Amino acid sequence: MALQITRSCVNCWACVDVCPNDAIYQDTPHFLVDDAKCTECLGDHADPQCAAICPIEMAIVNELGEFLNPPGSLTGIPIEKLKEFGLWREAA
Amino acid sequence: MELPVISNSGPQAEGGGCAASGCGTAPDALAHLPDHIRAKVQDHPCYSEQAHHYFARMHVAVAPACNIQCNYCNRKYDCSNESRPGVVSELLTPDQAIKKVLAVAAEIPQMTVLGIAGPGDPLANPDRTFETFRQLSEKAPDIKLCVSTNGLSLPEHVDEIARHNIDHVTITINCVDPEIGAKIYPWIYWQNKRIRGVEGARILIEQQQKGLEMLTARGILVKVNSVLIPGVNDRHLKEVSKIVKEKGAFLHNVMPLIAEPEHGTYYGLMEHPSPTDAELQELQDTCAGDMAMMRHCRQCRADAVGLLGEDRGDEFTMDKIDVMDVDYEAAMVRRKVVHDQIIEKLEAERGIAKPKPDGIPQGSRPVLMAVAGKNGIVAEHFGHAREFLIYEASPAGARFVGHRKTELYCGGMDACGDGDVVEAGAGESLLDRNIRILAGCEVVLCSKVGYEPWSKLEAAGIAPNGEHAMEPIQDAVMAVYQEIAATGRLLPAADGRKAA
Repeated sequence: MALQITRSCVNCWACVDVCPNDAIYQDTPHFLVDDAKCTECLGDHADPQCAAICPIEMAIVNELGEFLNPPGSLTGIPIEKLKEFGLWREAA
Repeated sequence: MELPVISNSGPQAEGGGCAASGCGTAPDALAHLPDHIRAKVQDHPCYSEQAHHYFARMHVAVAPACNIQCNYCNRKYDCSNESRPGVVSELLTPDQAIKKVLAVAAEIPQMTVLGIAGPGDPLANPDRTFETFRQLSEKAPDIKLCVSTNGLSLPEHVDEIARHNIDHVTITINCVDPEIGAKIYPWIYWQNKRIRGVEGARILIEQQQKGLEMLTARGILVKVNSVLIPGVNDRHLKEVSKIVKEKGAFLHNVMPLIAEPEHGTYYGLMEHPSPTDAELQELQDTCAGDMAMMRHCRQCRADAVGLLGEDRGDEFTMDKIDVMDVDYEAAMVRRKVVHDQIIEKLEAERGIAKPKPDGIPQGSRPVLMAVAGKNGIVAEHFGHAREFLIYEASPAGARFVGHRKTELYCGGMDACGDGDVVEAGAGESLLDRNIRILAGCEVVLCSKVGYEPWSKLEAAGIAPNGEHAMEPIQDAVMAVYQEIAATGRLLPAADGRKAA
C-alpha cells in the first residue's frame, strides 16, 4: 500500500520534510512517492503526514484513487467559485 | 531633582501618536528609539523609513514549505508578474542562494540586508533556512540577516536564531483572539496533525506570543506584521498593537489585505474587500498611539532584490549569476565605503533640526499631498511614477503617512499560467485609475506633469505641482503648504474643501 502524488502538486517540499520514511522524491514535473518505501505512515502516525501538511486539494491519492484532501476540504473555497473564475480542474 | 519640562501645548498632528510615528520634523519614525537599537536599524530599509531611501534588501526564496494556511495566500506561487508576499519565480537551494546573495551584494553595495521570507514559512523549512544563514554569516559577515515567520514553529527555533546572529525577526500576527483567527486560518499542521478552526488558531496564537516573548527576552528586535482584513480583524488590530508592544515588539507594520480573484486566494475568490487607503491610514494612526508604526512597507515578494518598491530580481536569475565572477573580499571593501557614506549622510540629516515652518497660522487644517519621489527627493515624472508617497502637511511639519501604488498588483493572467481567469479592473484608463488612487490628496508633487494629466488632475481637485523638482520631499511639501496657507485657505471655514 502506498499513496501517490498527482499533477495538482505545486512542489512546495512540505511533504518531503515530514515523511517518516523518506519516501518522497523530487521529480519533474512534480514530486513523487516511492511506493516501496511508503507505509501510509502506519505505525508511525495516526494520519499520513504528506496528506496532513499538503496545502493543495486533490494532490494526494490512495491506491483506490481517492483524494485524501478532496476539493473544498483545505481552503474552504466552494467549487462553484473555482469554476466561476476558471480555476477548477477536473480530477487528476 | 528637577525634571525638564516637556511642552505639551504645541500643535499635534491629527490622530495622535505624533511622537511615535515620526511626524513633524523628525526625519524618521524611529527617532525616539534608544541609540543601541537605532544603530541596529539605521541601515535596515524595512525597519527604518529614513534608511529605505538609500539601503536595499534582498530576499532569497529557499523556504517553500508552509505549516499553516492563510486565507490571503494561494500556494501556487509561481508568477513572475506579481509583486506581493508569497510569490516567487525561482526557488533556490541554500548553495544557489549564497551565490546569488554574494553576486547581488557585490553589484549593489547598498544592499545591507538579506531576509528569508518564504515563499512558505522559513521556520517550516529549518534545514534550508538555517543552512543559508550559516553559510552567509561565514562568507558575508557584513550582511544583516533577518527572517520572517508566521510564528507557529518559532519557540523551538529561537535559540538557533540567536546563534546565527539574526537580530531582526518579523512575526505576522493578525489576531490574538482564536475566534477571529479561525476566520483567517483554516488549518495549521501541528504535532503531526492538521488542526482546523478555532483550535488551530488558538495554538498558532499561543506559539506566536510565546515566540515574541522569547525573542525580545534575548534582545532580538521584533517587528510585527498584521494584515488588515476589513470585517475580520480591522477593529481588533488596535488590541494586537497594544499587546505586542507590551511584549516588546518595537515596530508594527499594518498592511492592507491584497485580495484579487485572479490570485486564487480564499479572500480573493470570495471577493472579500481590501481596505481603502483611508481605512488603512486611519487604523495606522489609531495604533500609532500605542506603537511605532511602519508605513513604508511595499509588501514585497519572497525573492525581491533592490530598494523597497523596486525589484531588480530579473538581473540576478540563476543563469546570469552562474556566469558572474564575484570577488567578495574586494566587494566588501567597496561596500564598506558606500555604507559609511550613506550613514554619514543620514546622521547629518538627523542632526539638522529643521526650523518650524513660518507663516502658518495656528489651527490650520492638515493637507494630504502625493509625491512622485525617489531617494527622498521630488524626482519623478507624474506618468512614470510606480507609486506615490503620501505626506500630511500640518503646522507641525510634514509627516509620511503611506504610499499608493499606481499599477495593478498583477499584469493580468496571461503570464500566470491560468489564462482563463477573468481580468479585474478593465474598462478604466491607467490615468483615470492613477487619479482615483490619489483621492483625498489636494496636491501632487512631481518633477513634471503632461498636459492631459494636468487638466484631469485639476478637474479632480488635485493641484499638480512641478515647481519643486529635485528638492528634498519634506522641504517641498512644507513649501507648498506654506503657499497654500498664505492664501488663507487652511483656516476653518475658509473654503468648502475637506481635509482628508
